[in-house]
Amino acid sequence: MDKLLAYIARTQIWKSIIRHGYPDTPRNRTLAVLSNVLLHLHPVKVRRSGIKLSYTWCMGGLTFFLFLIETITGLLLMFYYRPTAELAYQDIFALREHVPIGVMREVHRWAAHLMVISVWLHMYRVFLTGSYKPPREFNWNVGVILLVLTLLLSFTGYLLPWDQLAIWAITVGTNMARATPFIGHEGPGAALLQFGGLQFVHAGDDVRFGLLAGRFVGEGALLRFYVLHCLGFPLIAATLMAVHFWRVRKDGGISGPL
Amino acid sequence: MPQFIKDLIDAISAPIPYTVLTTALLAGVIIFRKWVSKPSVFVAFSVVGVLGFIGAFPDPNFKQIITKPDNIPIVILIATVVFFTWLFLRRAVINDERIKKGQPSLEGEMAKKKVFTWPDLVYSELICMLLFMAALMVWSLLIQAPIEEPASMARTPNPSKAPWYFLGLQELLVYFDPWIAGVLLPSFIIVGLCAIPYLDTNPKGNGYYTFEERPFAVSFFMVGFILLWVSLVIMGTFLRGPNWSFFGPFEYWDHNKLEPMVSINLSEYFWIKALGQHLPQNPLIREAPGFAFMGFWFLMLPPIMGKWVFKKLALDMGAIRYAVFAHLFLWTALVPLKMVMRWTIDLKYIIGIPEWFLNV
Repeated sequence: MDKLLAYIARTQIWKSIIRHGYPDTPRNRTLAVLSNVLLHLHPVKVRRSGIKLSYTWCMGGLTFFLFLIETITGLLLMFYYRPTAELAYQDIFALREHVPIGVMREVHRWAAHLMVISVWLHMYRVFLTGSYKPPREFNWNVGVILLVLTLLLSFTGYLLPWDQLAIWAITVGTNMARATPFIGHEGPGAALLQFGGLQFVHAGDDVRFGLLAGRFVGEGALLRFYVLHCLGFPLIAATLMAVHFWRVRKDGGISGPL
Repeated sequence: MPQFIKDLIDAISAPIPYTVLTTALLAGVIIFRKWVSKPSVFVAFSVVGVLGFIGAFPDPNFKQIITKPDNIPIVILIATVVFFTWLFLRRAVINDERIKKGQPSLEGEMAKKKVFTWPDLVYSELICMLLFMAALMVWSLLIQAPIEEPASMARTPNPSKAPWYFLGLQELLVYFDPWIAGVLLPSFIIVGLCAIPYLDTNPKGNGYYTFEERPFAVSFFMVGFILLWVSLVIMGTFLRGPNWSFFGPFEYWDHNKLEPMVSINLSEYFWIKALGQHLPQNPLIREAPGFAFMGFWFLMLPPIMGKWVFKKLALDMGAIRYAVFAHLFLWTALVPLKMVMRWTIDLKYIIGIPEWFLNV
C-alpha cells in the first residue's frame, strides 16, 4: 500500500497537479498553502489566537461555507424551476412530491436562514473584538454591504416558491417602498413633485413600481426577483467577498492584539 | 407546566413588560458580568432555560408556534446570541482582570506564537465544515421545507408577516409610519454601521475581548443589536398574531382578539387639551409643537449632551464626528422614546400631517 502511494506520488500526472511532498516539513507545509489557489487565501502562518474558535466563533468562515452550499444547491434547483406565475408553484410542488428523499430545497432553505444568523453573529464578533478599528475600517464597510446583500439574497429568494407565504411576505416588505420620501407615491414630499396638477410620482411609476415591475407582486416581480436572486446579487456578493478576504490578508490577517 | 406559570409568562411577554424586562436583563447581565460570566452560573441558567423549554413543549399553542419549520432558525438565533454574549463576557472579564494586573490579554498571550496554516487551520476548517454539513443534512432530512397554498392576491393571510429578519422593523410599524420604520430607520442602520469605524476613536480593544476599555461602545452596540433588533425579531415572530395583536406564547391565536387603540397626536394634546382651542387650519401652525420638539431633539440636544453626558466623548471625537454620532444616537433613542410615549400617554404622532404623508 505504501509502495503504491509512493508510486502514485512519483507519477507525472500527480506531480503535474501537486508540486510538493507530503506536508510534514516546514517547507512542504509552506508550499501546500502557497501552491493551492484555494488555500492561498490563507497566510502560510497564522497567530494562534486567530484560529481559536473561542475567538473567531467560526462565523465568517461558516458564512462563506453557507454561501457555497447555497450556490451549489441553488444551481441544482435552477434545473427544475421555471420563474413564471403558472409554473413556479407547480415546479416547487413537484420537487416535493416526485423526488424521493429530496433534500436540495430543504438544504437551500435552512442554509439560507442560517446564513442570515451567521452573518449577524460574525458582525457581532467583529464588533466585540474591535476588529473594525484601524486599519480595518474599509473592510468593515465591505462587510456591512455583504450583510445587506445577504438579506437581499434571502428576501428575493423568499418570493420564488410563489406560495401564499412568499407573495404576502414580499407584499408586506415592498409596501414600505411606497413610503420612501419623494420617490414613493405615499412618501412625504412626493406630492410636491408636480407641475400644473400633474403628479410626477404616482403608483404607476414610483420606486415600488420599479422594484416589482408592476403595481402589485405579480409575474414581473417574480422574474425580477429570480434574476436578481440567481445572478445579480450572487455576482455582486462574490466580487465583494473576494475584496473582503483579500483585505483581511492585506490588513494584517485575522485581527489580534497589536 | 402549571397553568399559573403559563399565565405569568403570557402576562410578562406583553410589549411593555417584555421591553422593560429585556432591558433590565441586559443591564443586569452587563453590570453583574463577573458573576454571570462564571461557567457554573451560565450552566445553571441554561439548564433552567432548557428545562422550561421542554416543560412548555406539551402546550399545544407553544408547540405550534415553536415547531413551525420557518421558526426553528429563530430558536437557534436566541440560543446562539445568548451563548455568544456569555462567551464574550467571560473572555472580557478574564481579559479585564489580566489587563488590570498588567498582564497581556488571553489573545495577546496566544498571539506570541505563530503556527502553520497547514495543518492547524486547514484541519479545523475541514472538521467544522464536515460537522456542519452533517448537521444541516440531518435537519433537512428531518424537517421538510414548507410550501403553503398557491399564491393568490385575492386572499390575504392574517397575520401577513415579512420575512423573519425584517420582523423587528415590522414591529416598529406599531409605533412609526412606514416611511420611518421601513425606509429611514433601515437606511440609518446601514449608514450607522458603516460609520462605526470612523466614529469610534478609542484605539483600545482592537483584536481582543474587553469590556472595561470600551464600556460605552460595547453597551450601545448591545442595546442596538440585542434589544432593538434581535428581541424585536423574536417578538414579531412568536408574540404577534392576527391583526398584529399581541399573543403570549401559550395563548391561542384568536382572530377576534381586539386591542383598544386610542391614540392622540401631540398637536391635540397641545391645542385642545392644554389650550382648550380648536386645531388650527394650517398644518404648519397646527403641528408647531411637534416641530418644536423635533427641533429640540435633533438641534438642541446634541450641543447640550456634548457639554454634559458626552463631554469627554465630544472632546475626543471632534465636532464633525460628534455631530454625526449625536444624530445617529438620537435616532436610536427616538425609537424607545416613541414606544414609551405610546404606552404612557397614548401618543400617536409627534408631527402628524397625513395630508403630506409626513407623520413622525
